[in-house]
Amino acid sequence: MQFMLLFSRQGKLRLQKWYVPLSDKEKKKITRELVQTVLARKPKMCSFLEWRDLKIVYKRYASLYFCCAIEDQDNELITLEIIHRYVELLDKYFGSVCELDIIFNFEKAYFILDEFLLGGEAQETSKKNVLKAIEQADLLQENFSSQSPHNCLSTP
Amino acid sequence: MALKIVKGSIDRMFDKNLQDLVRGIRNHKEDEAKYISTCIDEIKQELKQDNIAVKANAVCKLTYLQMLGYDVSWAAFNIVEVMSSSKFTYKRIGYLAASQCFHEGTDVIMLTTNQIRKDLSSPNQYDTGVALTGLSCFVTPDLARDLANDIMTLMSHTKPYIRKKAVLIMYKVFLKYPESLRPAFPRLKEKLEDPDPGVQSAAVNVICELARRNPKNYLSLAPLFFKLMTSSTNNWVLIKIIKLFGALTPLEPRLGKKLIEPLTNLIHSTSAMSLLYECVNTVIAVLISLSSGMPNHSASIQLCVQKLRILIEDSDQNLKYLGLLAMSKILKTHPKSVQSHKDLILQCLDDKDESIRLRALDLLYGMVSKKNLMEIVKKLMLHVDKAEGTTYRDELLTKIIDICSQSNYQYITNFEWYISILVELTRLEGTRHGHLIASQMLDVAIRVKAIRGFAVAQMATLLDNAHLLTGNTQRNGICEVLYAAAWICGEFSEHLEDPMQTLEAMLRPKVATLPGHIQAVYVQNAAKLFATVLQKHEGETDSQAAQETSQLLIDRLPLFVQSANLEVQERASCILQLVKYIQKLQQKNVEVAEEVTALFAGELNPVAPKAQKKVPIPEGLDLDAWINEPPSESESEDEKPKVVFAKEEPKHYRSRHTEVDEKELARRREVRKQEQANNPFYIKASPSSQKVYDAPGVEHIPVVQIDLSVPLKVPGMPMSDQYLKLEEERRQKEKAERKKKEKKKKREKRGKGRKADSGPESEEDITPAHQVDIVTEEMPENALPSDDDDKDPNDPHKALDIDLDKPLADSEKLPVRTHRPEVLKSPAEDRDSKSVPQETKKKSSKEKKEKKKDKEKDRKQIKPTVHWFPVQKSSKHKKKKQKKEKEEKEKKKKKRHHHHHHHGDAGGEDSVQNGTVEEEEPLPPMSNYSLLAENSYIKMVYDIQGNHQDESKVVVSVIFENKSDSFLKSMEFNVLDSLNSKLQRPEGAGPHDGLTVPFQLPPGVSNEARFVFSVQSIVMPQKLKGTLTFIVKSDESSTHEKLDFKLHFTCTSYLITTPCYSDAYAKLLESGDLKGSSLRLEGINMPFHHLLARICFHHHFSVVERIDSCASMYSRSIQGHHVCLLVKTSDQTVSIDAKCDEPSLLGNVLDEIKQTFSKC
Repeated sequence: MQFMLLFSRQGKLRLQKWYVPLSDKEKKKITRELVQTVLARKPKMCSFLEWRDLKIVYKRYASLYFCCAIEDQDNELITLEIIHRYVELLDKYFGSVCELDIIFNFEKAYFILDEFLLGGEAQETSKKNVLKAIEQADLLQENFSSQSPHNCLSTP
Repeated sequence: MALKIVKGSIDRMFDKNLQDLVRGIRNHKEDEAKYISTCIDEIKQELKQDNIAVKANAVCKLTYLQMLGYDVSWAAFNIVEVMSSSKFTYKRIGYLAASQCFHEGTDVIMLTTNQIRKDLSSPNQYDTGVALTGLSCFVTPDLARDLANDIMTLMSHTKPYIRKKAVLIMYKVFLKYPESLRPAFPRLKEKLEDPDPGVQSAAVNVICELARRNPKNYLSLAPLFFKLMTSSTNNWVLIKIIKLFGALTPLEPRLGKKLIEPLTNLIHSTSAMSLLYECVNTVIAVLISLSSGMPNHSASIQLCVQKLRILIEDSDQNLKYLGLLAMSKILKTHPKSVQSHKDLILQCLDDKDESIRLRALDLLYGMVSKKNLMEIVKKLMLHVDKAEGTTYRDELLTKIIDICSQSNYQYITNFEWYISILVELTRLEGTRHGHLIASQMLDVAIRVKAIRGFAVAQMATLLDNAHLLTGNTQRNGICEVLYAAAWICGEFSEHLEDPMQTLEAMLRPKVATLPGHIQAVYVQNAAKLFATVLQKHEGETDSQAAQETSQLLIDRLPLFVQSANLEVQERASCILQLVKYIQKLQQKNVEVAEEVTALFAGELNPVAPKAQKKVPIPEGLDLDAWINEPPSESESEDEKPKVVFAKEEPKHYRSRHTEVDEKELARRREVRKQEQANNPFYIKASPSSQKVYDAPGVEHIPVVQIDLSVPLKVPGMPMSDQYLKLEEERRQKEKAERKKKEKKKKREKRGKGRKADSGPESEEDITPAHQVDIVTEEMPENALPSDDDDKDPNDPHKALDIDLDKPLADSEKLPVRTHRPEVLKSPAEDRDSKSVPQETKKKSSKEKKEKKKDKEKDRKQIKPTVHWFPVQKSSKHKKKKQKKEKEEKEKKKKKRHHHHHHHGDAGGEDSVQNGTVEEEEPLPPMSNYSLLAENSYIKMVYDIQGNHQDESKVVVSVIFENKSDSFLKSMEFNVLDSLNSKLQRPEGAGPHDGLTVPFQLPPGVSNEARFVFSVQSIVMPQKLKGTLTFIVKSDESSTHEKLDFKLHFTCTSYLITTPCYSDAYAKLLESGDLKGSSLRLEGINMPFHHLLARICFHHHFSVVERIDSCASMYSRSIQGHHVCLLVKTSDQTVSIDAKCDEPSLLGNVLDEIKQTFSKC
């Protein structure tokens, strides 16, 4: 997978993950172009389109579009599966996820994605394992954060 | 008070976390940019504080802003600070920010190396994990180099969580730092068998990604992956592996054969669509690589097509799309299997999804036949009417034309119908493809003579209704068709019913609004029409009609004389003067028609695009020589404009107009004709040079007059449908007639029917409505025929150009099928024979062999010293003979020691002597050099020899032969190294540098060069790709040329002819260290000593002992493996029992022996 974009029906970018090195300018250009193309497609159309020399696989969940770019020989259906898996993970983590969850906890959405995909490849196909890893990492974070107020308090 | 304010602001700053920022942005929709710029200012303040929590919060907000498109590169250092925090909470945010914001150009990345290394070795697995995740996004070549070792260590971490991530990130490291691949690969390979499924799947992912880019290097892993494929149940892993096999099979067709069975099993069993789709795709790839046409694979194709049909029929748009996509891959090689699903594809044209319709259109191209063309095009025309977006409509238009015109209008049975289709297409508004339609009209009208009358009538109607086409917009692309219409009406004006009316239409004032190049054609062709009108009225007593025509031209042409377009102006003024002159003559009652017509006399034939290239250069003509002395610099500048002018001469007009009187014109024309007649290279318009479509006896085919009972088209009304109906009726009638005949010719028909099995009404039976001769494009008379004429490598549709009705010729059948499955047993198969389910046939033969071996074992136990020989009742005489042989051999051995180094030259002699017994008939000549590569300049043959002194080196001797008339120099030999085999390059040379061949080659000379290769494992054969670059220097020029080749390192090439005494041999066999295998060759009818000599010569064995039709042989590999053979022959069957301490080496050597004998 080359990159993954999440954007809203209004064309607002909600998440972006690039697995290929590109300049910021290029990233912006691609994002703009793809958001336009995908939003212009009618709801009954299939989820794949050919774009430059890549294949774009996208799927809409409620008001959010999940959009992945894969290479020519890659399997479109498994990419859809990846998108779906990610949505399920978000859903499990946030408890029936909505766009606002991702906006306000965008770093969490990234953490989950990073536990699921690494370098554009699926690293863990078991949902349980991904969630376990996230929970444990969060636990670690909370231990620290619960300490941090003490630090703050003790400084003045 | 002041303190309070400061404190308050600090609180506020501290309070504004990410959520606040997001909320703030949402509340400031009107002045978002302004709000954010104040936020960024705040963030800058926060970053200046020492408190890491504040900093982390700021960095987190920056990450969000970065996503919104704001530049945050100025905060890169702060991100590094947060990354270095010892607390996981902040570290996590730091790494996230880095992975989102850093790229290769970020200079602070250099500072992170040590921090990352520390995190990688952190006792906390989540620290390590977060570092690995981050690194995967921003790894640079420097980081990859510095951290490769640390990551490699992590691949063996105790926690699968870390191992998994480390394995995956290795792929990114390889990409940035390719040198790490080799050292890390063994460990990566280990991970394929990791106990944790996640790690295993990660390793599969990485290796598959690597192998997809460079499949040849990963062929040796095929057995391992095969095992994984048959054992794994994880669909994610399976998909990757199957994709990998798809990349490997083109390189190793034997693998493909093995794959078909497990893949078809998966296709039958799986319920996961993604896996099914992957399997189907790989099966298609396999079948394409296994040169198509294998009868036993038609089942697999059928299965694929069936499954794809299910996908296409599915209500899920995605499956439909993918089904069509995969279908088009099959279409390329197996068009017939797809054609039977025409109904389904046509249905897809009605789909609401445009991308699906486009896919279906692609498929249709390959599916048309004479029978269904009209029907399909009718369907498409309906869609053209319905189509909304111009893009899709234009796509449809081009597809219609593509489909109809493909392979020289092969599928068109009725050209009237096609012309009507083209005319209907002109009604499309706003299409870009007017030019395409125009060129089709021209092409058909010129090349299909029988259609000209019809075409002219249609074009005249078009011209008459030109206002409908040009409509309101000037830029309307469709007006291009008027160009064609005007030209056709002018050129073939003799077919016009009412040329006067058309002439009038062409000179309307509105024409002046058309683009210049079209006006020019109008003016020119008006002159042609004028000539025709004059011709018609000639001889009439009342010359008024003719004079009226002249007056019309004189009235209307001045409009064009004023044209701003140079071309139009020039032509118009020229013709105007001509007409005025004619009018004068008319008034004097002079007959002018003939002379005016002569201006446009002559048939215009299409010239093949390659015609110019095909003109043979006559002997003695040097095209490069100067005709005149080269002009001086200053002169050439003056001449330039003339050259440009000459070039601008339009192609379509034959007659040039100069302002000279007609007699002069006629005289010149005469002279030119004379000249042309004498010039053998001039492309003449004489009918003799016309090649006609149906080559044999075209002259005798009557060109049927076109029946104009078909009602002429009223503009704006589709009429192509009528043809469809007519055509159907005609076919029905023909069919009925045929049926009558059929009764008589039943027997004959049956034979025919077998060949043409494409349904009840086969292609052959459809006769075209008109006897149409399609004028093929002209070629120069003495053009050299060449085969590569039509092979345009860029034409993707060429593959479809298959005569489906022709029975399979012998040459098309696969010649080696009968014994191939046995001969080409892949190394993978040998290794994995136990784990892989085999066909029952093979199994049984294997069992037999095993049984036999068991028997032999028994025998061995009884008579240990006799080892393999079944009946060792050797008479005294024989023993003597053996002794003699031995003595001889020893002598030769000594000899061999002398020229031990000259493997390349002496090897052949040695081994032949080794195996021969002099009394028997002489051996056929043999050579071990095999062809490496060849082109018109150079031929390379090569031989590979091992070297006893070094167990990891082989010498490749290459003979270069200069086949050209030029001098070859600066030859450079280069090979793409693999993991296992490398070309030895001089010290200091890079791993990709080529080696200079130490000589040059004058024409016709050959010379030998040797190259040393280092090899690691010798148990598997290997192929290395390489290139020879060289400079061809002739008197005039020198060009750079290259020649690609593949060096095939067989296992045999690692064997060295080594003598062995029979007692040592016996001991070796008794030791029990060797593993056995056997081989059976049937149908060998060469003398036994020839057989032995061949094995000795081609496979570097020596004969240890030979008794009658039994011989024991020995050889040793460069790494000291012993290879022993017992060769027995009886009744054209040769059985070879072999033993070796390395089973896969042995397997491969036996395979190679088998191949040697399958060749003869």
